[in-house]
Amino acid sequence: MSAITPHVRVPRLAEAGRVRFDRVLLSEWTKLRSVRSTKWSLGAAFVLTIAFPVIFAFATRSHWGSMSPGERADRHPLDIALAGVNVAQLAVAVLGVLLISAEYSTGSIRSTFTAVPKRLPVLWAKLLDFAVVSFVLVVPAVLASFFLSQTILHSIPQLHISFTQPGVARAVIGGAVYVMLVGIFALAIGAIVRNTAGGIAAFAAIFFVLPPLMFTLPTSWNNAISQYLPSNAGRQLFALQHASHTLSTWTGGLVFVGYCAAAIVIAAVLLVRRDV
Amino acid sequence: MIEAIDLTKDYGEKRAVDGLSFTVKPGVVTGFLGPNGSGKSTTMRLILGLDAPTRGDVSVNGRHYREHAAPLHEVGALLEARSVHTGRSAHNHLLALAQTHGIPKSRVSELIDLVGLHEVARKRTGQFSLGMGQRLGIAQALLGDPKTVMLDEPGNGLDPEGIHWVRNLLKGLAAEGRTVFVSSHLMSEMALTADHLIVIGRGKLIADTSVDDFVARASQKVVVVRSPDLERLRGELSRPNVTFAEAERGALEVHGLTAEQIGEAAASAGITLHELTPQQASLEEAFMNLTRDEIEFGAEVEEAVA
Repeated sequence: MSAITPHVRVPRLAEAGRVRFDRVLLSEWTKLRSVRSTKWSLGAAFVLTIAFPVIFAFATRSHWGSMSPGERADRHPLDIALAGVNVAQLAVAVLGVLLISAEYSTGSIRSTFTAVPKRLPVLWAKLLDFAVVSFVLVVPAVLASFFLSQTILHSIPQLHISFTQPGVARAVIGGAVYVMLVGIFALAIGAIVRNTAGGIAAFAAIFFVLPPLMFTLPTSWNNAISQYLPSNAGRQLFALQHASHTLSTWTGGLVFVGYCAAAIVIAAVLLVRRDV
Repeated sequence: MIEAIDLTKDYGEKRAVDGLSFTVKPGVVTGFLGPNGSGKSTTMRLILGLDAPTRGDVSVNGRHYREHAAPLHEVGALLEARSVHTGRSAHNHLLALAQTHGIPKSRVSELIDLVGLHEVARKRTGQFSLGMGQRLGIAQALLGDPKTVMLDEPGNGLDPEGIHWVRNLLKGLAAEGRTVFVSSHLMSEMALTADHLIVIGRGKLIADTSVDDFVARASQKVVVVRSPDLERLRGELSRPNVTFAEAERGALEVHGLTAEQIGEAAASAGITLHELTPQQASLEEAFMNLTRDEIEFGAEVEEAVA
């Protein structure tokens, strides 16, 4: 910055490119990987997905001798293998909210929408990038947790389960699909609420407050309604057994996908309409 | 080229921009002046399509900003306050924006060097000073080599050297034939930079004029005269709409007449003059005169009461 220079020369740009979806996708990927919250949240999700089943399996093994037949019957190897999913979903949900709410809290959304003023490609790119990253990360984590917990439970034949047994591979991968969908749902909530605390609170209310609240209803009502809550419907993706008052894997999965789609549609409509 | 027609924006009950019509032409630096809270930033957000107008229309280079296939090549903008994620480095912030248009990484480094942020490019922008943030914003505005450059209060937080640099930058951009639209609440800054002025107050257009005309129009005719025979001169000049004030060292301040009129009147009456000095109001004074009524005292009073 020389004070003598009469005019500052701005170097010219050789080529002028247009905004394209693949470019927005790359841009959002750069944003995703260049903030610390991504590494922390995804790292936590990965570790929790594996750590919980490992701890759960060790605890089960050491207490197995002193367990009553009833307690033993309550232990299911797949529940142990996927015990981390319920915890990991929180880390992924927080990141999902943050990916968009932090743009509003820091003001970077103005830069983002100045570069991509049609706005919607930004939402699609965020969703796609995040879905792929979380799925790619959680799949090896659930596989590791399945095989690790089975190795730990090796000495207890009642808790052996084969990956090739009907429904097992589906449930394990279903756990990763569930976490991915939770992330998508949370990102859409973040885009609707546009505020980190509000987004996380909204997510927690839907996933952790609403289900126990249903138990205040008469049992028949609870059974009729609860199965359609996002959390309970989505959970069927990684449940091996289904009760009479829970949805089947595919119905549950589809209902949860429906919730995600609805949240995305609302987010998209608001994204285009609202001032930033 | 920026064209606004009857541009109006309401936020709830409050009208932030009120029927603004103006054109910002290429090749010159156009200053966008108004007191704080007069609607400058809102107008810029409307130009970029970040906010939708309640009424009216604004286009950039012939289209709505949103309709451009490569918006960063059309308009480069430095927006008010921060528009950067505080957890991301300057380099990654610019890279992510460049990638939306397929602009190469080398361009990002080039601009970081240009604005002098090379040494802190990999640091999280949350640690940046206000001045560094402004430099990053300027680099962002220039990223796409845009035909139109729009900067909101670029001088904020910059040291005198930085302000000087920005001034030269803006003049250089205009000389290259680009449209340069720069807002400020400081008239003195604009006086040195702008060729043309768009002045607003309370969201309404007050003036759309060249800098020279603006001063001429806004400054009252004031002439300082000194004469050994001031009393008689006073009598000769006395007419409706002309007022007098005592100036220092026995001089007289005449309001409402030009120096020519006073000189001729003195000559025909045979009065000797020792001094005849037209007083040009400074740009700052001219600006204050024009916008005095437009500054929102109401809001300040409300704040004071609350």
